Amino acid sequence: MGERLLLRGNEVIAEAAIRAGCQCYFAYPITPQAELLQHMAVNMPRLGRTFVQAESELAAINMVYGAASAGVRTMTSSSSPGISLKQEGISYLAGSSLPAVIVNIMRGGPGLGDIAPSQCDYFQATKGGGHGDYHMIVLAPSTVPEAGQLTMLAFELADRYRTPVMLLADGMLGQMMEPVELPKPIEISSLPKKEWATDGAKGRNPNIVLSFDLDPEVLKQMNLILQKRYRQIEAEEVRYEETATGDADIAIVAYGTVARIAKTVVKMARAEGIKLGLFRPITLWPFPGQALRKLSEKIAIVLTVEMSAGQMWEDVRLAIAEQAETPFYGEMGGVIPTPQRILSEVKKHAG
Amino acid sequence: MPVDVQNMQKIFARPDSLTDAKSTYCPGCHHGLLTRIIAQTIDELGIAERTVGIAPVGCAVFAYRWYRCDAIQAAHGRASAVATGVKRADPNLIVFSYQGDGDFASIGTAESIHAANRGENITVIFVNNQVYGMTGGEMAPTSLVGQKTTTTPQGRDPKLFGYPIRFSEMIAQLDAPVYVTRQALYDTKHIKEATKAIKRAFTNQVEKKGYSLVEVLAACPTNWKMKPIDANRHIAKVVEKTYQLGDLVNRG
Repeated sequence: MGERLLLRGNEVIAEAAIRAGCQCYFAYPITPQAELLQHMAVNMPRLGRTFVQAESELAAINMVYGAASAGVRTMTSSSSPGISLKQEGISYLAGSSLPAVIVNIMRGGPGLGDIAPSQCDYFQATKGGGHGDYHMIVLAPSTVPEAGQLTMLAFELADRYRTPVMLLADGMLGQMMEPVELPKPIEISSLPKKEWATDGAKGRNPNIVLSFDLDPEVLKQMNLILQKRYRQIEAEEVRYEETATGDADIAIVAYGTVARIAKTVVKMARAEGIKLGLFRPITLWPFPGQALRKLSEKIAIVLTVEMSAGQMWEDVRLAIAEQAETPFYGEMGGVIPTPQRILSEVKKHAG
Repeated sequence: MPVDVQNMQKIFARPDSLTDAKSTYCPGCHHGLLTRIIAQTIDELGIAERTVGIAPVGCAVFAYRWYRCDAIQAAHGRASAVATGVKRADPNLIVFSYQGDGDFASIGTAESIHAANRGENITVIFVNNQVYGMTGGEMAPTSLVGQKTTTTPQGRDPKLFGYPIRFSEMIAQLDAPVYVTRQALYDTKHIKEATKAIKRAFTNQVEKKGYSLVEVLAACPTNWKMKPIDANRHIAKVVEKTYQLGDLVNRG
């Protein structure tokens, strides 16, 4: 591991992407992810790598599509309204089995919303977002150091499964500064060659990158390949963290910034004699539904807390069914729930 | 007279870079001709092993089938952005996009102009047949004033639908492009000139000179509801009045 630095989440994600071997970065300015773009503007050219400020989010994601086709590690980043514009390209990346990393530093919505932290793009990130039957892996860090680690992982998983991977964070994580030990850079030359890449048909048959076939039977087969891959990802890549769930009577389910706040709430509750635990999904897709279901078999109340109107809550209820009580508390529009407010919700249900 | 097979000489053949995949183009359409010219150019420059073609959405959506080189099928209008991504990832690749008028000059306006403005070292082939061919002959941004299409059944009324857009002239206003030209394919003289222009546009890229755009006025007998021969005449007599042939930028 390297040196210990005090850095903003956005900078850590940028730096981790560089260390993960990202060779081409394309993006368009938007708050609250601007520092990510700015860090890449300074550092990518220094390393002889590609930085392009694209004319739009649409252009940026399609440049990613081109660079990914050529076989290099590539990334784009934005915030909620910009991510909406990228959906066309993300669908094409998924349909063409191209690895790429997309960072969403979420802000309040819908529409132009505001620039404060939010988790209101959960549906968009985990349920497809663009057109067609597809998923992408969605990783949700809850601290600045973890944002760096999951960025490294995002590139690895993208290549392993030939799929777009989203790092889903929020304005709080993007803007907050924390001490970080940056991950060790990978050796780009040690990455396996992508035999499918369109990098010049020298001594081989031409490679074609496409998400298209007019024959429904052929397109069905292309879809089945994707679905098989998704089942494999669901079997192998589910990640979550449990805190103080061993003896808990009640548990919070939360991810990202809210999970971090909830860790404080666990301590506060326990100081008052309430046996509170925390279940934190790290992969939002694949969602750790089985693990949560198992937890709900021994805990009667599972409270979902989100900075949204209850988007992840749908997956929580789907996993738990009638096994436990599943109340919800959420904030919207960029309002961040305080530990005291969450604790009062816990007390409401803990009796 | 008996044919002397022994002494026969092959003077015309399919370019190596042109596959024998079945064409999806209509009779009299210029896409096929243009495809051959590009394949022949790739052969002549010896660049097949490092060329990546970007196919659009529209009649040329199958363009990835025709060339014996790597290819990518892009989202509608985004081919110039995809080409940017490929070229930036590996500047030694020769990257060309092949885009129709709806793709390049309507839905892809921003991507087209900004790739040109950045002076991306790519080659863009822009096929202007004044109509959306694939979807059933709707108005294109390039449709002529008064042109009847399935979405302008009374003819294109500029008061309602604007004027034919001279997109290459717009690109020619930029500082970065090194070569912007408009060509046609309706007779042998023009085919020869267009072939030269396309070779030049690829050569510019090989020599790392920068962005080159070749607009080609193409016939669409099917949607123009004309016989192929009449469609050719229509380009010479009518279309050329709106879209003048020749070089718009030539900074060799």
